[in-house]
Amino acid sequence: MDNAIIQLNNITKKFDGEIVLDDINLSVKKNEFVTLLGPSGCGKTTTLRIIGGFETPDEGEVYFDGNLINDVPPFKRQLNTVFQKYALFPHMNVFENIAFGLRINKMDEKLITNKVEKMLELFNLKNYGKRRIDQLSGGQQQRIAIARALVNEPKVLLLDEPLGALDLKLRKEMQHELKAMQKQIGITFIYVTHDQEEALTMSDTIVVMNDGIIQQMGTPIDIYNEPENAFVADFIGESNILNGVMHDDYLVEFLGKKFDCVDIGFGRGEEVDVVIRPEDLDLTPKGEGKLEGVVKSVTFKGVHYEMDIMVNDYEFLVHSTDMAPVGETVGLTLTPDDIHIMEKGD
Amino acid sequence: MKDRTKYFAYPYVLWIIIFIVFPSFLVLLYSMTTKESNGLTTIQFTLENFKKFFNPLYINILWDSIYLAAISTVICLLLGYPAAYIISKAHLSKRNTLLFLCILPMWMNMLLRTYAWMTILGNNGIINNLLSFLGLPTFNMLYTRGATVMGMVYNFLPFMILPVYTALSKMDIGILEAADDLGANKYVKFRKIILPLSMPGVISGIIMVFMPAVSTFIIPQLLGGNKNMMIGNLIEKLFILNGDWNFGSSISIIMMIIILIAMSIMNKFDVDKEGGARLW
Repeated sequence: MDNAIIQLNNITKKFDGEIVLDDINLSVKKNEFVTLLGPSGCGKTTTLRIIGGFETPDEGEVYFDGNLINDVPPFKRQLNTVFQKYALFPHMNVFENIAFGLRINKMDEKLITNKVEKMLELFNLKNYGKRRIDQLSGGQQQRIAIARALVNEPKVLLLDEPLGALDLKLRKEMQHELKAMQKQIGITFIYVTHDQEEALTMSDTIVVMNDGIIQQMGTPIDIYNEPENAFVADFIGESNILNGVMHDDYLVEFLGKKFDCVDIGFGRGEEVDVVIRPEDLDLTPKGEGKLEGVVKSVTFKGVHYEMDIMVNDYEFLVHSTDMAPVGETVGLTLTPDDIHIMEKGD
Repeated sequence: MKDRTKYFAYPYVLWIIIFIVFPSFLVLLYSMTTKESNGLTTIQFTLENFKKFFNPLYINILWDSIYLAAISTVICLLLGYPAAYIISKAHLSKRNTLLFLCILPMWMNMLLRTYAWMTILGNNGIINNLLSFLGLPTFNMLYTRGATVMGMVYNFLPFMILPVYTALSKMDIGILEAADDLGANKYVKFRKIILPLSMPGVISGIIMVFMPAVSTFIIPQLLGGNKNMMIGNLIEKLFILNGDWNFGSSISIIMMIIILIAMSIMNKFDVDKEGGARLW
């Protein structure tokens, strides 16, 4: 709480009577890289816009460095935003775009030139200062949008799906560049994306959102390995989600068989969701696995094979470096660690 | 396979040739020939018609027309820009009503609209009647330069509002938010972002007001009276009253050249080539 730079307390927001954000509580520490992750319409962009000041919450408080900023207009907030579609000023050249914020602060002209040149260098855009915006590629525009925000040295940088329009290779490059830059200059990043891989790669903390509610908050490793509910498990990586019944602590039944697991604290006979990651299932020869099924399809994915294996009436998704041909009956094994038990959602 | 869609353009090309290119050529021909040229056999070329125009009497009318049209354009801009801005910022449900109210007078015949101003401004008109009813002194408003400017502003204002409104309403909200985000208050935002980005609309508006204003003859005739002749009235008089088609044509050609020059100057300011000036 003491070193929180952004603090959201009980934020609720409605658009036309429809609840977009439902009692959001979020605390962002200084120099943290926080990612708001979720499908479209989950409220992640609205949360970012409330922090930026472009939307006002219906209820709740927004704190910046300990000060309530609910009524502070965007132009007075000490944070900057990188917009989804870059929103560069089309009538200004690259230099003027980056210099815009500095000019408004009436900074000395020499200092402005100095800072802008430094930014251009940092983003590999030296000698691009005089170019018009429409003469640049998407990747270049994107870097200028970030440079334009960063040059003002904000305490917090908000990024709204900044890499969404780039191709895969460029996106990967930019992910690493952004992460390196964030560490180097030491400012807080609040990053919005629907790409779970991007979130896992870059973040210190991931906030998974759905239906205007924070589903889970934690480090990428926690979120991936210990998803709190079936939604998170399904959204972060791929998952097999089955119906199960807890018989006792450490004992769960699904697909008609009982399995040892590591979860406790559920009621006896309680119905639960059983989540199993595709890469946690191992292929064995027929008759040697606890589960047995027929291979329905095989797709080569480069590093591994992706297989659909029908066990009783459930189709398992399996990622494995081993492969069994379509139509063959194989066994599947898993350890107690691989079974994640979750309370049933609605 | 050959693209046959170009054939659809042929009727229009024919139309242009018959009704635009050919008449323009005729005007040019008239302007360069004598009154005595009745056919191809008697044709006599001369520059006398152009020379005649460089008489202080006519030059003054030309300057006066440009001056009055320029004043009307400036007033249209000063009234039209804020109006367009307010409409573009209005709630969606009100926006269409406001736009409709702007366009509505244009559905009425221009002559009628101008006559209406005569009954408003006249010596026994609505304003003077009201003034005398209140015991205030009446004064002459009709048949003055002010009345002409008033009439032009009234008639051509929608032509300023509409292009400016279009430019303002298609502006990307993201860009305005980016300006907010970078610390621009609303005055800075207007000066550095909104105004420059709406310039194509402003230039279109200026052209669409100035061009009809500088060559109008109905408005100065009805509201300006005989003393306040504009170049359009001069051309009309030469054709209709004096029957001097040759001199009238030469003035038309001079007007065309002046408008062309004005357009090419505007072109220099229209960086994005989005305004009407790119036509030139």
